[in-house]
Amino acid sequence: MSTQPPTERLHEVDLVEKVPVMRARGLVKRYGRVTALSGSDLELYPGEILAVIGDNGAGKSSLIKALSGALVPDDGEIWLDGEQVNFRSPMDARQAGIETVYQTLAVAPGLDIADNLFLGREIRKAGPLGSVLRMLDRKQMRIEAQRHMSELGIATLQNIGQAVESLSGGQRQGVAVARSAAFGSKVVILDEPTAALGVKEGNRVLQLIRDVRDRGLPVILISHNMPHVFEVADRIHIQRLGRRVAVVTPASHSMSETVAIMTGAAPAPNTPS
Amino acid sequence: MTTDTGFEESRRESVPDRLQHLLHAQPTLGPLAVLLLAVIVFSIINTRFLNPENLSLVLQQVTVIALLALGQTLIILTAGIDLSAGAIAVFSSILMANLAFEAGFPGVVALLAGLLFGTAMGAFNGVLVTWIKLPPFIVTLGTLSIFFALNSVVSGSETVRGSDLPAIMTWTGDTIPIGSFRLTYGSIIMLLLFGFFFYLLAHTAWGKHVRATGDDAEAARLAGIRTSRVLLSVYTVAGAIYAVAAWVLIGRLASADPNVGTEYNLDSITAVVLGGTSLFGGRGGVVGTLVGALIVGVFRNGLVLAGVQVVWQGFAIGLLVLLAVTIDQWIRKVRA
Repeated sequence: MSTQPPTERLHEVDLVEKVPVMRARGLVKRYGRVTALSGSDLELYPGEILAVIGDNGAGKSSLIKALSGALVPDDGEIWLDGEQVNFRSPMDARQAGIETVYQTLAVAPGLDIADNLFLGREIRKAGPLGSVLRMLDRKQMRIEAQRHMSELGIATLQNIGQAVESLSGGQRQGVAVARSAAFGSKVVILDEPTAALGVKEGNRVLQLIRDVRDRGLPVILISHNMPHVFEVADRIHIQRLGRRVAVVTPASHSMSETVAIMTGAAPAPNTPS
Repeated sequence: MTTDTGFEESRRESVPDRLQHLLHAQPTLGPLAVLLLAVIVFSIINTRFLNPENLSLVLQQVTVIALLALGQTLIILTAGIDLSAGAIAVFSSILMANLAFEAGFPGVVALLAGLLFGTAMGAFNGVLVTWIKLPPFIVTLGTLSIFFALNSVVSGSETVRGSDLPAIMTWTGDTIPIGSFRLTYGSIIMLLLFGFFFYLLAHTAWGKHVRATGDDAEAARLAGIRTSRVLLSVYTVAGAIYAVAAWVLIGRLASADPNVGTEYNLDSITAVVLGGTSLFGGRGGVVGTLVGALIVGVFRNGLVLAGVQVVWQGFAIGLLVLLAVTIDQWIRKVRA
């Protein structure tokens, strides 16, 4: 798996000229005698949605955690914009421009939309009010929150001062995605963003993910939902037994072929079996 | 109204729904309504209730509990609880008084040392909660006993009379007459502190982080907030507020009495709950707590003036607490 198989490159023909925004090489993570990642690779190119799929235990969440700083890999390299990075914590990754939306714990329910968008990076007023009295610039935060939300087309319906707990699941996820899009400068990672949502709201969040990509931010999308993956993904990274076994596209492989590779029922297109 | 966002839900609100949303958005409204209603009813029953002399008495009686409830509010906002609030205040007052009276330190030094001791006791709670990760209920149950025990050791269960204390310690009990209303310096300090913490909670990042930590600590941590640091700061600041309450307590009693205050711990929680702050964290605030403390004071005073036996005061306040918690549970179920 260390060399790039030729057929995989074929699917990336239109991406050949591009340099990956994010690249991982040979990531290894062991938990005692269990190996969660056994030399996993990943490339994320500018302006794409890369779906990461895999069965339970395939190492997909360990892979994502390594990319978002939530765990430190035992071995391997991560490159961001051509520079090698070593994340020790989620804050490190965030400061490098990687925003992650976690599956369940996306927002603080009692705070309003603007407060949630700026949680942990509040804006203070200029002058002594801000520097001495530490006063927050609520007006500025609300204006910017409104702007971020409307850029993603989710502003008009909600009062920006409304508590997040009074929003529906999809709306909350919208707030979380808007936050990641507003502050992620390089990469946005979304962990199962549609898992807890109904059909309509799930579709709305998928559209949000496309909007984020269309604004130029590459997205890594972890999902179990194959129709969703095939609807939005530009490329699909298939994780199996702790490593990447193939990268396919919705055009090159059907859903059932992809699932077959994922479960091991079919050989990966370019791995020697 | 918007169209085609996919997010909106049809909403046709009944009157209870609207009330629920209103109370959800403005949690202080309920307690304020109770307070106003109580004032109106008690002043109808006994016209003496609204006399300035009586109202100043209510405020003086409320001041210490309000201060303790202020510190308690910060902790409850983080989804914690502090059973040792009253113990810290009483022990701090004993330390202050004995440093001046027994050890002969100048009044200002003894006062500052007492304030520091109270802050340290709060920080001790905070360290146990954040470093050893013990539940706040257990931590403060333990320190409640420890602080009261040390209190008895240091004081020898003896009261220090106000006349034996430096003037600065009893200054909090001095009054400014406004007409026939008598405002104590202790009450002024209390109101200023409420204003200060209202500002901190509503207008600074620290305030947002306190709420976010109480709301959902894991979500706050993933958003980049150092929740342990927030918690430690909250317990420490609460200790400092209790120590100020100790100073006000000396002025109020005109003495430092080691045997008062066993009921202060629960009274402070009562005021917080009556003020609409949720015991589950994240929701509520200091304005509600001030209102809650006033409700307790107004009920105690009003029931006495109405000729109701003292034993029924506790009964009435207990009913109010149950009502407040029931309403909180109902409000929390609000959904768009």
